Amino acid sequence: MSLLEIRDLHASVNGNEILKGITLTVNAGEVHSLMGPNGSGKSTLAQVLARRETYEVTSGEVIFNGKDLLEMKPEEAASEGLFMAFQYPIEVPGISNPYFLRAALNAQRKYRGEDPLDAMEFLPLLKEKMKLLEMDERFQSRSVNEGFSGGEKKRNEIVQMAILEPKLAILDETDSGLDIDALKIVSRGVNAMRSADRAMILVTHYQRLLDYIVPDFVHVLAGGRIVKSGGPELAHELEREGYGWIEPALAGAR
Amino acid sequence: MSATAQITGLNTYLDAFSRRQQTTQDEPAWLRHLREDAFGHFCDLGFPTTHDEDWRFTSLSALVKENFVSASESPAAVSVQQIAAHRVSDSAARIVFVNGRFSTALSDAQTLPQGVRAGSLADIIASSPASLENHLARYANIRNASFTALNTALFEDGAYVEVERGTILKKPLHVLFVSTAESAAAMVHPRTLLLVGENAELSLVEDHISLGGGAVFTNSVTELVVGAGATVSHHVLERENRNSFHIATLRIQQSRTSTVRAHSVLTGGALVRNNVHPVLAGEGAECLINGLFIGGERQHLDNFMMVEHASPHCASHQYYNGLLGGHSHGVFHGRILVHKDAQKTDAKQTNRNLLLSDDAQIDTKPQLEIYADDVKCTHGATIGQIEENSLFYLRSRGLDEASARQMLLLAFAGECLDRIEDGPVREYMEQSVDAALLGASRYQGGQP
Ligand SMILES: Nc1ncnc2c1ncn2[C@@H]1O[C@H](COP(=O)(O)OP(=O)(O)OP(=O)(O)O)[C@@H](O)[C@H]1O
Ligand SMILES: [Mg+2]
Repeated sequence: MSLLEIRDLHASVNGNEILKGITLTVNAGEVHSLMGPNGSGKSTLAQVLARRETYEVTSGEVIFNGKDLLEMKPEEAASEGLFMAFQYPIEVPGISNPYFLRAALNAQRKYRGEDPLDAMEFLPLLKEKMKLLEMDERFQSRSVNEGFSGGEKKRNEIVQMAILEPKLAILDETDSGLDIDALKIVSRGVNAMRSADRAMILVTHYQRLLDYIVPDFVHVLAGGRIVKSGGPELAHELEREGYGWIEPALAGAR
Repeated sequence: MSATAQITGLNTYLDAFSRRQQTTQDEPAWLRHLREDAFGHFCDLGFPTTHDEDWRFTSLSALVKENFVSASESPAAVSVQQIAAHRVSDSAARIVFVNGRFSTALSDAQTLPQGVRAGSLADIIASSPASLENHLARYANIRNASFTALNTALFEDGAYVEVERGTILKKPLHVLFVSTAESAAAMVHPRTLLLVGENAELSLVEDHISLGGGAVFTNSVTELVVGAGATVSHHVLERENRNSFHIATLRIQQSRTSTVRAHSVLTGGALVRNNVHPVLAGEGAECLINGLFIGGERQHLDNFMMVEHASPHCASHQYYNGLLGGHSHGVFHGRILVHKDAQKTDAKQTNRNLLLSDDAQIDTKPQLEIYADDVKCTHGATIGQIEENSLFYLRSRGLDEASARQMLLLAFAGECLDRIEDGPVREYMEQSVDAALLGASRYQGGQP
């Protein structure tokens, strides 16, 4: 059984159809890269999978870990092991990083029938993951993402992922806004989490990330559909040729 | 409101005043005159109406038509257990008033350090020291403020605290006002006088709770007189039942280089009017006015700030946050008055509000009156809602909707709580905010 099974997924926002029939299978242990022009629906797909209610699913089905994902609330999807790193992480003033993360982790543990971690158990874990992402300890005392630079926010998303240990991680342009060193650090963090029972979907515009995190599959999303899939070599092809070929390809599909 | 309602309303108080006069025969002449004077002003003024600019957003018709009896007339048996939860840990003393009367049995003020006196105002009146005549009703306005006039005419008791010059009281004083009314509408007019000498320090909590569910009209007046170089933290906690009327006036008089931090947390009551009126009378005085009001159901919470800069080089910073759900209605009216001589005034005002339902409402109104030319005055107000993207962010990490919402509300409330000095008082205030926010059904978004 595959970890994620998306079948002919259609989704709209305010009556505008954005996803126009996505079909995609992701197995445990695989890394998929999702590429495609601006506005093609990559973040929409990520957010639909994370169960954002703004997006209305009009047809299709999504099975995650054997369960109907589209029946789940965001917190249920998260507790079932789905994690999405935001393209634009949200600042939450007044809520400290460790407080938030421990509450989130414990909510997930509770869902799975596990005992909560107290602060004494949690802090070393947080420390370890922050160290992995080479984040300064001073971030610990700050509010969630408040006053973080763009790159710091992205790193913080990966710290969260490392703590929550999801089955499926969807990283929405985590590489955008990272400097070269940070990109290496983040890639190292992500690679450290690759495992046979975890899958990842990397949404990116750049081959550069894929030099560090080599995907098993590359998909091109355009106009709300996956118009091409291939291996890692497809990303190189896109880097060379851009997306100029898409319009004719789409026309051909119609 | 109709003229007849206004008249029946006043009759209640006429009655109460003539009874009061019989029981105050032993009071010093100056005080009896003061009371007569005050009652005269009250009769002239009547209750304010929404035609009065300062009461534009707050109708008193429900209060005016009620016939209140004096709360102290109803027998009150309050046990230690009933108020056990209402205790600031490690306080210097807890002074308890039940239905407006000092309770010796429930209070513990025996261990106060040298230079500090705290207890019942009625007791002090009996011995009538000069300090009383010099200060009582010298600051709060009985001429133009009808509730202050009414309180002055009718008050029976309240807290009296005197901290001698140079005396530093590190531990907080906890003043607890308990009302027990179950069915009959009762009124109580607590009067508190706080005298803090030069370079002295005081931290005090004024805490209002109700044990019964009856409608209580609390009309409290506190005069806080702060000597040169003194530092005072004053905390108000108002969490009476949802049938109550609560009118509170805090009048602060600040001498040179004194520092006052006035914190308020309002969560209870049907109709609340919170008047805070500091006068920065001496050069270099500083004042922080920090408040949080949390409303649900049909609560009406009105905050009326009047910050008066009467001397040069003074600073006042006001921060009020409102959290309104259900059909509640909040008001923030922030007036800053800078007198002609108050050069180099630094006055700042910020009012932030979160509306948690479509039917909740806030009226926010800054009002600057500046007669000096070299001043820095700023004000700002915001009205917002819980943001869907913040909520989604928290939920996407595993928190259920109610917890995520609660966390965002606590963060918003935390902006105010964080301005309270770290320690037992802050913890105490935080607990009541947590409890208020946990009444989650009141704060559901969308339709109540
Ligand atoms: N909440 C929304 N309201 C209205 N339109 C939306 C909303 N979310 C997405 N869209 C529209 O849907 C389309 C797809 O957006 P999406 O963010 O999924 O693109 P993307 O592929 O992630 O693009 P980028 O590479 O720029 O991040 C865009 O045209 C966008 O304007
Ligand atoms: Mg995107």
